[in-house]
Order: sequence, then structure tokens, then C-alpha cells
Amino acid sequence: MENQEHIVTSFDRDLEAIQAMIMKMGGLVEEGIANAALALEKRDADLAKAVRAGDKAIDELEERVNQEAALILALRQPTAGDLRTVLTVFRLSASLERIGDYAKNIAKRSSVVMQMQPINGTASALRRMARQVELMLKDALDAYIQRDTDLAMDVRERDLEVDQMYTALFREYLTFMMEDPRNITPCMHLHFMAKNIERMGDHVTTIAEQVIYLVDGEYPDDEREKGDRTPHDFGAEG
Amino acid sequence: MNDMRVVDRAVDAQDLKIDAKNVDVFYGTTHAIKGVNVEIQDKTVTAFIGPSGCGKSTFLRCLNRMNDTIDICRVTGDIRLEGEDIYHAKVDPVQLRAKVGMVFQKPNPFPKSIYDNVAYGPRIHGLAGNKADLDEIVEKSLKRAALWNEVKDRLDAPGTGLSGGQQQRLCIARAVATGPEVLLMDEPCSALDPIATAQVEELIDELRSRFSVVIVTHSMQQAARVSQKTAFFHLGELVEYDDTTQIFTNPKDPRTESYITGRIG
Repeated sequence: MENQEHIVTSFDRDLEAIQAMIMKMGGLVEEGIANAALALEKRDADLAKAVRAGDKAIDELEERVNQEAALILALRQPTAGDLRTVLTVFRLSASLERIGDYAKNIAKRSSVVMQMQPINGTASALRRMARQVELMLKDALDAYIQRDTDLAMDVRERDLEVDQMYTALFREYLTFMMEDPRNITPCMHLHFMAKNIERMGDHVTTIAEQVIYLVDGEYPDDEREKGDRTPHDFGAEG
Repeated sequence: MNDMRVVDRAVDAQDLKIDAKNVDVFYGTTHAIKGVNVEIQDKTVTAFIGPSGCGKSTFLRCLNRMNDTIDICRVTGDIRLEGEDIYHAKVDPVQLRAKVGMVFQKPNPFPKSIYDNVAYGPRIHGLAGNKADLDEIVEKSLKRAALWNEVKDRLDAPGTGLSGGQQQRLCIARAVATGPEVLLMDEPCSALDPIATAQVEELIDELRSRFSVVIVTHSMQQAARVSQKTAFFHLGELVEYDDTTQIFTNPKDPRTESYITGRIG
């Protein structure tokens, strides 16, 4: 039934159009993640600048998606699967916009960090982590377009690896900072970048869960294992 | 980024089709329409909404002089179709109604065959030179009304034997057969089930590539779904007339907001 077209074909065109805008946003965000991490590793100030500028296009798309989705609610009164499609579009655009902001923040910090003495291996470790999130996002968007809940579940599970990478980097930065106080400034920046990527992973997870809601009408409820041990291992509350 | 035309509500044409200025309508001493000004664009679906008795049907009926048939009805003001005053003494209302077709609330096919229902208008207006021409008009009109595939094998069957939704599409085929420029629809779906309604709405969306369609509807949702322009009438006044997207997301007049959100009526 899902694949049947509406009798009023312009309704289908409206729904397809907002989903195409989400995919376009997704493409820009993927690019932003990859380039932000690459700019850090290659110490490429121009690329970092391009990422910061590119976030504007993402923000504009988010605004348009929200306006168009609101129009569909007002003019078409979608129900059932159509309603979930529109609700999903709102949440996806919000998540993508946040991920874009994190990429922009990474690019900003890259511009600062690249002025300092490099610390061995840290930039490529961050890039591997960013790569992991970028692939998760790609799969989450594929799952969205193909309405593939298995793939979405898989993405959700993979957030564990991102969390583990973050915990490992957290420890590594602590060690660097204890070894030499001159490492504190770059390591603080690097830590925020790692945290940004970890947060990106959480937003990708939200996207994956939203895909499951879109298809099944329910959010997945089983508890996921969390890989971020830093609140426990390092004495933070909560 | 503007390569994607999203919610498909852009008005393609900006050509003025009907220009109504300072229109007042009286039924005896009752002032039914008060100084209404509306510009109706070509190739656009314009919806008239408003509570019962607000004058939307009365105003619609001014546009093809259907009110002429009511003795106590008096229309003043200026209504022009492509610049021509439709209330001018030399205008023949029958000819006018061939150019400004109408579809009514209840499907009202003639007690004739499907073929003769559609052929009726072209025959009396002498639009077909011979049988082959007439056959072509009938086929084309039924296709435009998205009814051809359902009736092509039984054109001799009575029109009254069709389902309600089919009868309404037959009436639309009959209305488009005379090659009108404007199609007026007075609650065309209120006697139809949701599926037949959706079919007629889809049809309206297709018809707007050729005609200017003006639809009166009690269903605000229907106005939202099918139209590009919406006019809100209240107590004989035209309260607000704007793009449908504007009316249904951010109307300017508080009365419009109250009506479309279900607070007055």
C-alpha cells in the first residue's frame, strides 16, 4: 500500500520535494563533516574556511524545509504514513542542521589548532572518528530513502564505536596535558572537536531512530549499550 | 537551491481573467454582497470560502449571470471577462455561460445517454460541423474529465446510471465540452465520497492548465488542497483575498484566522 500513489498527484510531488531537500541537506552535511576533519589533518586553512561558509547553505535549507513542511501540514492535512513523513522531515532537518553546526565548530577550532605545534597522531585519530560518523550518516540517509529499518538499527548500534573512540581520545588528551602544560590549549580544542563528533553521532542515532518511527510508527525501545565511559571513569556526576 | 519547486502552488499565469469591481447584490431588500472587488487570474484555481449565507455562492453566480434567473435579484457593479462587461445589454447570457461553465453541488446529468450529455452543449452552440467532430469533442471532454476509460464502452448508457462521482465528472465533461474559459464549481464534491472527491480534486488540478477554475466550497480543507488563491467571505463582504499558502498559514485579518481555525462560522 505504501508505494501506491495518491489520487491527487500533486500531493506526491509535495512530499517528494521536501524529501529531496532533506537529501540535499544530508549531502551538504556529509561533505561538511569530511572536509572539517580533512582540514584539521592537512592543516588546510582554506578548506576550514569553506566548511564554515558552507554551513550557511545548510541553515537556509533547514528553514526552507520547515516552511514547506508547515505548508503541507496546513494545506494537505496529512494522516498516517504521510503525517509521519512530514513529522520526520521536521526532525531530520533539525538533526542535520545541528550536525552541520558541529562541523562548522570543528572547522573554526581547526583554524586555531593549525597555528600550534601538532601533537602526534591526534588529527588523524579525529579524522577516523569523523569518518565513522560520516559513514553512519550516509547509511542513516540511505535507510531513510529506502525505508530500511534493518540498516537504521545497524546505524544505531554503531554509535557505540563512536562513543568508544571518544573515550579513548579523552584519555589520550588527558595524558598529553599531564605530560606537558603547553599541550593544554591545543588539547582542549581537540577535546571539544572530539566531543563535537561524538555529539554528531548522537544526532545520527536520532535520525536512524526517526527512520524506524517513520516506517513502523513506533520508536525503538530497547536499551542501547553506551560507549561513553567518561562520566563514570573520571568522576563526573550523572 | 531554487531548482526545486516545492509545494506545488506557484501560480503560473499572471493574466487577469475576470475583474470584478464594486459588486453589490440585493435579493429584494436584502443586501447579500457588499462592495466586492476580486481579480481572478487565468490558469488558476480560486477558492471561495466562508460560512453559510456569507454570499460566496451568490457572488459565484454573478460571474456567469446565473442570478438573472432570480426575479428579485439585482446586481450592480462592474464584472469584466477579459475586459468585456458581462452585464452589457448586448451580451447574450447563454453565450456567456458557454464561456463561463458551471458545475453544481449535486450531480445533475440530463436524462440522456452519456454521449448526449456531453454533446448537448456543442450541439446547441453549433460547435461541431459533423458527427466526426462531435465524436472528437465528446471523447476529448470525457478524457479531460478523467472519465473516458470508465465509460468509453457504454456511451449509449444513460448518464443517470453512473455512480455519484462518475456523474459529477460527467457534468464536468459537459461543462468543458463547450470550450469554456472559466469553470465555476459550486460545492462540486459535497455529495461525493472521499475517493470520488480526491478524483475530482485531481481533475481540478489538471483542468487549471487550461482554464481558470473558481470553486465554492464549505470544506476549508478542500480549498487548502486544491486552490492557489483563496477568498474568504463573511456577511456579504470579501474579508481577505490572497495566496492560499498565505491564507492558511498566516492570514492577515483576524476574522479569517477565526474562521479557518474553527472559531467563528
